[in-house]
Amino acid sequence: MKTVNTLIVLLFVGMPAMAEVEGVPPAPETYCQWEMVNYAIPAPLCGLKGDVANGIKVVSDGAKGNCLACHQLPIEGIEAYGTIAPPLAGIAARLTEAQLRLRVVDSRHLNPNSIMPGFYRDPSLINRPAKSYEGKTFLSAQEVEDVIAYLVTLK
Amino acid sequence: MITLTSSRLWMGSLLLAMSCYVSADAPTPSKSGHEFVKDETREMQDDEFQNPGFIAVEAGRVLFNAKPASGKSCASCHGEAGEKLDVNNLARYPIYDKAQGGIVRLQDKIMSCREQQSGEAPLPAYDHDLLALETFVRHLAAGEHVNVQTDGDMAPLLKKGEELYRTRFGLIDMSCAHCHDMYPGQMIRGQKISQGQGNGFPAYRLDTGEMANLDLRIKQCLTLMRAEPFAPDAEESKLLGAYIMSRSNGLKIETPAVRY
Ligand code: HEC
Ligand code: HEC
Repeated sequence: MKTVNTLIVLLFVGMPAMAEVEGVPPAPETYCQWEMVNYAIPAPLCGLKGDVANGIKVVSDGAKGNCLACHQLPIEGIEAYGTIAPPLAGIAARLTEAQLRLRVVDSRHLNPNSIMPGFYRDPSLINRPAKSYEGKTFLSAQEVEDVIAYLVTLK
Repeated sequence: MITLTSSRLWMGSLLLAMSCYVSADAPTPSKSGHEFVKDETREMQDDEFQNPGFIAVEAGRVLFNAKPASGKSCASCHGEAGEKLDVNNLARYPIYDKAQGGIVRLQDKIMSCREQQSGEAPLPAYDHDLLALETFVRHLAAGEHVNVQTDGDMAPLLKKGEELYRTRFGLIDMSCAHCHDMYPGQMIRGQKISQGQGNGFPAYRLDTGEMANLDLRIKQCLTLMRAEPFAPDAEESKLLGAYIMSRSNGLKIETPAVRY
């Protein structure tokens, strides 16, 4: 039954870091409503403030944003990144913070054919999420704000 | 000025309906995953002594010849080396069989033979022994061209399979077509995306260090998409698998392939 074990391991590797307190899973985060204005989201999600250093971790971490799976980013020591999306160096010179937020939250409001995952997409719009992800967003509101805080530094 | 609140569900549903189905043509010509893997992986596959998949072929050969309580081993009907199996028939799997209720995959056929002919207890999906048997049997047809039926009763089923292939799933919210029709040859982090063909399966996967048949490989992609995989016997699994294998028509069977 080794195969089944591998599958279970695979499932767990992809899961968000569990339980700060051992054995007690954290309560699911409530989804914060956000408002799109002129193809941008001006207000930070849940009114949170982002952290640049954590943003760098989230974009690189394969189990979190994994932005590097598709984009190239000016981060040192990365041996592999994807080539299916535009490189993001200098992105903040072209897009405002509010525009960046919509792209990370759910870029399909901008381009219905986008392949970029909505990292804070309304969970009710997700088709057939894995059981462990039902009702959840890809990243937490805090993680999205961390990513935004990092992206605005890419001038 | 356009204002949209995320709670305006109707708008969201409209977006979902507009964009759930992905139309992009299947890539032509079809290319085996063999052409997309790293050089050293290709060399590993091509050298029987290095290819870890041959451990499964040999394990399968032993099981094929093992006598169950009924005394009727697979070999008792099909020959010690499986030489009485028709390789042209093996290359047609998955097949359409009305009596069996539709699509029959090679693993389904092996299971029903084991139960009905040899009188053995059923094995769970992806069981080590079942994968080994499937690898041994499919390997008999290595070098033959995949030849899945595409007309008759199979045609509407393949259409349904294609619909699933083009539907977005999971938190990654992409369809199979997004990766395997739009971006073959591009990199997803360190991996070169292939056309997602089925001709190498069952294959040895470097990522898991285990054999995977096509059905398991599809599940592993769905898990990567953070989607809920279909149950091994679900109709959706059969439809997706049959559609993928029909895309591989004309490609040489490579079982056991070595893949990422
Ligand atoms: C599966 C692929 C994929 C992943 C993962 C991904 N993106 Fe994207 N992203 C795209 C594509 C493709 C585009 C191009 C526009 C489109 O198709 O929506 C894009 C566009 C963007 C843009 C706008 C770029 C421009 O030039 O206008 C930003 C900003 C962005 N992504 C940020 C991110 C961040 C941050 C992450 C991770 C948290 C991320 N992306 C993860 C595929 C991806
Ligand atoms: C986010 C990108 C992505 C999506 C979406 C995706 N795959 Fe894959 N798939 C991969 C990567 C990467 C590999 C490993 C490299 C390769 O062989 O393409 C792979 C491999 C495969 C293979 C093995 C091909 C071989 O020769 O080894 C099959 C079959 C497959 N995928 C089917 C599917 C199906 C069916 C779906 C949808 C249910 C799907 N994939 C969705 C990225 C994806």
